[in-house]
Amino acid sequence: MAAMTREETEALIQEVLEIYPEKAKKDRAKHLAVNDQGLEKSSKCITSNRKSLPGVMTIRGCAYAGSRGVVWGPVKDMIHISHGPVGCGQYSRAGRRNYYIGTTGINTFVTMDFTSDFQEKDIVFGGDKKLAKLIGEIETLFPLNKGITVQSECPIGLIGDDIEAVSKKAAKEIGKDVVPIRCEGFRGVSQSLGHHIANDSIRDWVLGKRDGDDSFETTPYDVAVIGDYNIGGDAWSSRTLLEEMGLRVVAQWSGDGTLSEMELTPKVKLNLVHCYRSINYITRHMEEKYGIPWIEYNFFGPTKIAESLRTIAAQFDDKIKEGAERVIERYKADYEAVIAKYRPRLEGKKVMLFVGGLRPRHTIGAYEDLGMEVIGTGYEFGHNDDYDRTLKEMGNATLLYDDVTSYEFEEFVKKMKPDLIGSGIKEKYVFQKMGIPFRQMHSWDYSGPYHGYDGFAIFARDMDMTLNNPCWKQIQAPWKKPAANAEDAQRAAGGL
Amino acid sequence: MPEVMFRKDHNDKLIFYVAKKDLEETIASLEFESPEKWGGEIVLSDGQRYYLEPLPAQPKLPITLRVKRV
Repeated sequence: MAAMTREETEALIQEVLEIYPEKAKKDRAKHLAVNDQGLEKSSKCITSNRKSLPGVMTIRGCAYAGSRGVVWGPVKDMIHISHGPVGCGQYSRAGRRNYYIGTTGINTFVTMDFTSDFQEKDIVFGGDKKLAKLIGEIETLFPLNKGITVQSECPIGLIGDDIEAVSKKAAKEIGKDVVPIRCEGFRGVSQSLGHHIANDSIRDWVLGKRDGDDSFETTPYDVAVIGDYNIGGDAWSSRTLLEEMGLRVVAQWSGDGTLSEMELTPKVKLNLVHCYRSINYITRHMEEKYGIPWIEYNFFGPTKIAESLRTIAAQFDDKIKEGAERVIERYKADYEAVIAKYRPRLEGKKVMLFVGGLRPRHTIGAYEDLGMEVIGTGYEFGHNDDYDRTLKEMGNATLLYDDVTSYEFEEFVKKMKPDLIGSGIKEKYVFQKMGIPFRQMHSWDYSGPYHGYDGFAIFARDMDMTLNNPCWKQIQAPWKKPAANAEDAQRAAGGL
Repeated sequence: MPEVMFRKDHNDKLIFYVAKKDLEETIASLEFESPEKWGGEIVLSDGQRYYLEPLPAQPKLPITLRVKRV
């Protein structure tokens, strides 16, 4: 099928919206748009970061997910208490696959679940005493932890516990950082506010710790990798490229990151932002308070990697600029071999994405390097500025959908017939049962890393093994297939 | 009276950013931009107007300040 025209895409949106009641239709229409590369500002064509419509199936998470799961969770040497009932912590435990180095339960704690396990009496009488006791127990059982965060679940905000007071008192007693975070799930319209709250708590409780302390030896080439959560090892395959070009990575936020790395970040010369959505707040703060500039980069696919390495190098002297060219040259043979191998198998295939954070726009370059085309994309919890950055990346007249409902997504897929869908676990089996190849783009479908040149090879292999898997030919039941010829029909009937 | 962060982007354009409102817009014009007086009426490139009490000196950017809606 040739690419859809603007009119066809608009007609498709209207057709899909037809089923909604009048009011819902009006609301959802604002979140669906046809891309126009000519536009500078996305606010002219799409509305985002609004409350989901009651009654539709949304794919969003909550503020707790944004803070505990995304921003704070991967900080490996701290213990993150899910303060409240047991479910929130347990069902989100280790799901994001933030890889880290360390001995779990001794000096690192990422995949463990710590919870205050609220019961009825804690709701009635308050949970402050339980929290204080819990912090004491953690200190006894896991003495090598570097600090504790208290991640509030919904009931904490509802009953009005004073976690700040408990945290301050406990911090004095154990002599470590105890950070209270008011990330109750009901705050905001999606996990996005959780990111903001987590950023603010880092700003208020962590970042200023080393102000006025110059004992840390700096170099002119210090950078921090911000907003890389090391999913399947992503931050590692990014970090090697930066180090090869001559930079010194002082901190990783927050995949495989530590508390002391976070405290040292104000000493760096440049902040490199990968996931803009979840972490831009803190980089803006650091720019204002410490005068550290920040730039966004994209390490998906060789075209974007080369572009990003050069942009990063442009902030430094000639030594780094040469380093960037050297790195690009060094991996050239590798990625050209990957493209030569997989491009013929993937050329011209169409992809639809629906993910969060940065991937709906950042992965487009990687697909294009493999000759694939992204025909629709959207963010779970993106804001205007995410869509601003997406308009230029996407082709003209492609489809944009914000906070897409499961009904809309299914209808779009039925009509646009993509060859591959990239989204999350909640969508995976629906589309696989529809017979469409699917990759989870949150957890890389338990593969990865996908960042960097090394990651690109894995990305290409994964896309190929999903798309060209022979199982997709077996999806239709044999008795529903039209008989290819009379002989087959006879054989099926037991005649031969 | 929103809290606004003023910053220069990589093209050296002045940017008006309000985190809570998801508003990031270039500043089309600023009434006073001399070394001894900085502020006054702000016109954003999408036409919105704000007023910043003029500062006695050019501030070091980025900076967060309170502005009034006009």
